[in-house]
Amino acid sequence: MARSAVRGGLRLSAHKERSTEQPLRPASAVDSLVLPLDQQAGAPAVPLVKPGDRVLRGEPVAEPGGEISAWLHSPASGTVAAIEPRPAPQRMGAPTLSIVIANDRRDEHYASSSTSRFEELSPEQLREAIGRGGIVGLGGAVFPTAAKLSSAARANGLRLLVNGAECEPYISCDDMLMRERARDIVLGAQILLHALAAQVCVIAIEDDTPQAAAALGAAIAEARDERIQLRFVASVYPAGGERQLITAVFGVEVPHGGLPADVSTACLNVGTAAAVAQWIRDAQPLTSRIVTVTGDGVREQRNLEVPLGTSMAALIYDCGGYTGRMSRLIMGGSMMGQALPHDDLPVIKATNCIIAASALDLQLRGLEMPCIRCGNCSAVCPAVLLPQQLHWYAAARDFAALETYGLMDCIECGCCDYVCPSQIPLAERFRDMKPALLETLTARASADAARTRFDARTARLERIERERDAALAKKRQELAIPRDPPAQHSPRLGGKS
Amino acid sequence: MRQVLYALVPTVALHVVFFGPGLLIQIVLGVATGLLCEAAALRLRGKPLPPFLLDGSAIITAVLLALCLPPLAPWWLVVSGVAFAILLAKHLFGGLGANPFNPAMVGYAVLLVSFPARLLQWLPPDTAGFEPAALSFTETLTTILTGSPPARFTWDAITSPTPLDALRTDLALGMTMGEAHAGALFSTFGGKGWEWINLATLAGGAWLLVLRIIRWQIPVAMLGALFVCASALSAVDPGAYAGPLFHLTSGASLLGAFFIATDPVSAATSDRGRLIYGAGIGVLTYVIRTWGGYPDGVAFAVLIMNLAVPLIDRYTIPRIYGHAR
Repeated sequence: MARSAVRGGLRLSAHKERSTEQPLRPASAVDSLVLPLDQQAGAPAVPLVKPGDRVLRGEPVAEPGGEISAWLHSPASGTVAAIEPRPAPQRMGAPTLSIVIANDRRDEHYASSSTSRFEELSPEQLREAIGRGGIVGLGGAVFPTAAKLSSAARANGLRLLVNGAECEPYISCDDMLMRERARDIVLGAQILLHALAAQVCVIAIEDDTPQAAAALGAAIAEARDERIQLRFVASVYPAGGERQLITAVFGVEVPHGGLPADVSTACLNVGTAAAVAQWIRDAQPLTSRIVTVTGDGVREQRNLEVPLGTSMAALIYDCGGYTGRMSRLIMGGSMMGQALPHDDLPVIKATNCIIAASALDLQLRGLEMPCIRCGNCSAVCPAVLLPQQLHWYAAARDFAALETYGLMDCIECGCCDYVCPSQIPLAERFRDMKPALLETLTARASADAARTRFDARTARLERIERERDAALAKKRQELAIPRDPPAQHSPRLGGKS
Repeated sequence: MRQVLYALVPTVALHVVFFGPGLLIQIVLGVATGLLCEAAALRLRGKPLPPFLLDGSAIITAVLLALCLPPLAPWWLVVSGVAFAILLAKHLFGGLGANPFNPAMVGYAVLLVSFPARLLQWLPPDTAGFEPAALSFTETLTTILTGSPPARFTWDAITSPTPLDALRTDLALGMTMGEAHAGALFSTFGGKGWEWINLATLAGGAWLLVLRIIRWQIPVAMLGALFVCASALSAVDPGAYAGPLFHLTSGASLLGAFFIATDPVSAATSDRGRLIYGAGIGVLTYVIRTWGGYPDGVAFAVLIMNLAVPLIDRYTIPRIYGHAR
């Protein structure tokens, strides 16, 4: 098969240097921590505690609510103040059931039973152990890691790809992690290799992060593990997209409708690998994460280790507060991030970056004009789509055409928006259109199934009738009854036989 | 779109150098008509005026059409051509972004079909070997507004065919290519004056390519196809068919390749589609020039390929990431 190459994408100014000047530091403790139960992909977690319970740091407070779900642990010692709906960032500020913990600031640890001798566990046991650490994908998708590993482990000749290509502008939490905790990442990779029973691991980073590369290179050399190698990819957005990275590193494409495991790859973020290492080695479950606080609207731009549940307002205050240029709060990067309605929202496992954006940071959109089919969007589309055609068919709600033109293959990276001379919010349109297309596809699938069932039933009834007629005819012949003249033929005869 | 207009400045300037100020008057008339029609259509359709009126698309349509007309053509030609382009070819189909045909070429085609004689009354270039009428600005303006030349001239005295037209007539009269090229209108590789104007167009087009306002597929495919056709036939019979350089530097070849066929609205949309679209225009331009009823074929070639765009688009959808090869 021909080797595939990454196509499209954009070279964007990274805006990362401001937040990487200062070393990583822990965020100041806060009095109240809010843990939304549905902060991971899949089913919401189910509380194990009730209001008034005392909890220790690292103590499980909610268990997985389904196959695809995750454990939640208390980020501090204290008491459960409430279990009630609280505004959550992943729901654009809409309330969702959350565990609220009042921090007693004593920082008493819970004695988690993890095992540092992971080599002694079977891959299956190790995957389950990783699940108990509450670990989810920290690249932003927050897919429960144990579920991802179990589904990937079925593939043959599996390769582990550790994603350190932090391509989206403004976000630098992975860069900081690689600079300061490269050993954790390498140990995490070793644990993940064991959990997947895999023998090959590539840690991929962008070619414009020299400090991270040096730190990772040194950590790999120190580990003396020949299974792990470092690879550079071009610093083109969205190089760190899972599919784009797999293509850049291994030269294969993840098939339409498939998963990375279909091309024998399991792709995990560097942050996830480090979290796995901290859990397995130090018995520290996922109760904090590195968050980039940046943008012209905040005084001190830097990366912090933030306990989950810390309010964004407190975090901004911790970073010196807002400047007069503050215009809009964004969670995530400048391309795929979500604007937040206010800052009274907790940091969750998906919060990789908070941008206090000034008007300068924001790509302010002009008036939307009609598409002139210039094709700039298709030139940059990493999924090789024709966004200008999708836009046309989305406006016409032509679902058949939307399917043909690959709406479901859109990764919503926003490159098309970025280059559109008519200022059309293309990626947003496509994101909005996907549920409707999915519904149509599902409705069609069930209609197809119903038609198949109906056809089968009709065929079955016809066959029974034919067989009955044939049996009847045979019986008549055997009894040598002369054929009834048509006028005397009783329709009931068939029913009686 | 403003850059497209800037890129046309050298072409317009050299055009004025060789053929006098007529083009400037045509452009003013055309742009005024274009903006007026655009405003009227927008008002009728209940669209906001400023963003659409100022986007430059109506101005480009008017300038491109004016560039195709003889500098002394009467005012009603450019006015009716631009009005037809904006009102019928553009707004009846939904305005900016929705027109299946290149509006400027629709306007030009309507004029060419309706008033062929007027459109072929060109001027001799103001270069060595000619004594052009050298009309003053006022005389030019009066000629355009009244439709008749100043009293001291007749039409025959001041007009001349374009090189493509002259070549066509000469070949029809049984002359060989060599004899035709010896004519006063011709220079080393193109028509006198025209070759310079077209070089200026090439420079403007190259600038648009560098700025990435246009992409290379359509111009390269169109000029490449024209070059291949002309090379092949002139190699077979150099006496009967003009060579590739003459074709590339004559008529609207370069203007068409860089400024007309590249109109994204009416062009094919994928890279592969644009190669096919451009090559189709190149081949059809050659065919119409060589065997068709008109001296130049760019306008009709563009319109015919506009017609083929939905078909081309349908069969050139790129392979989406992750789909089977």
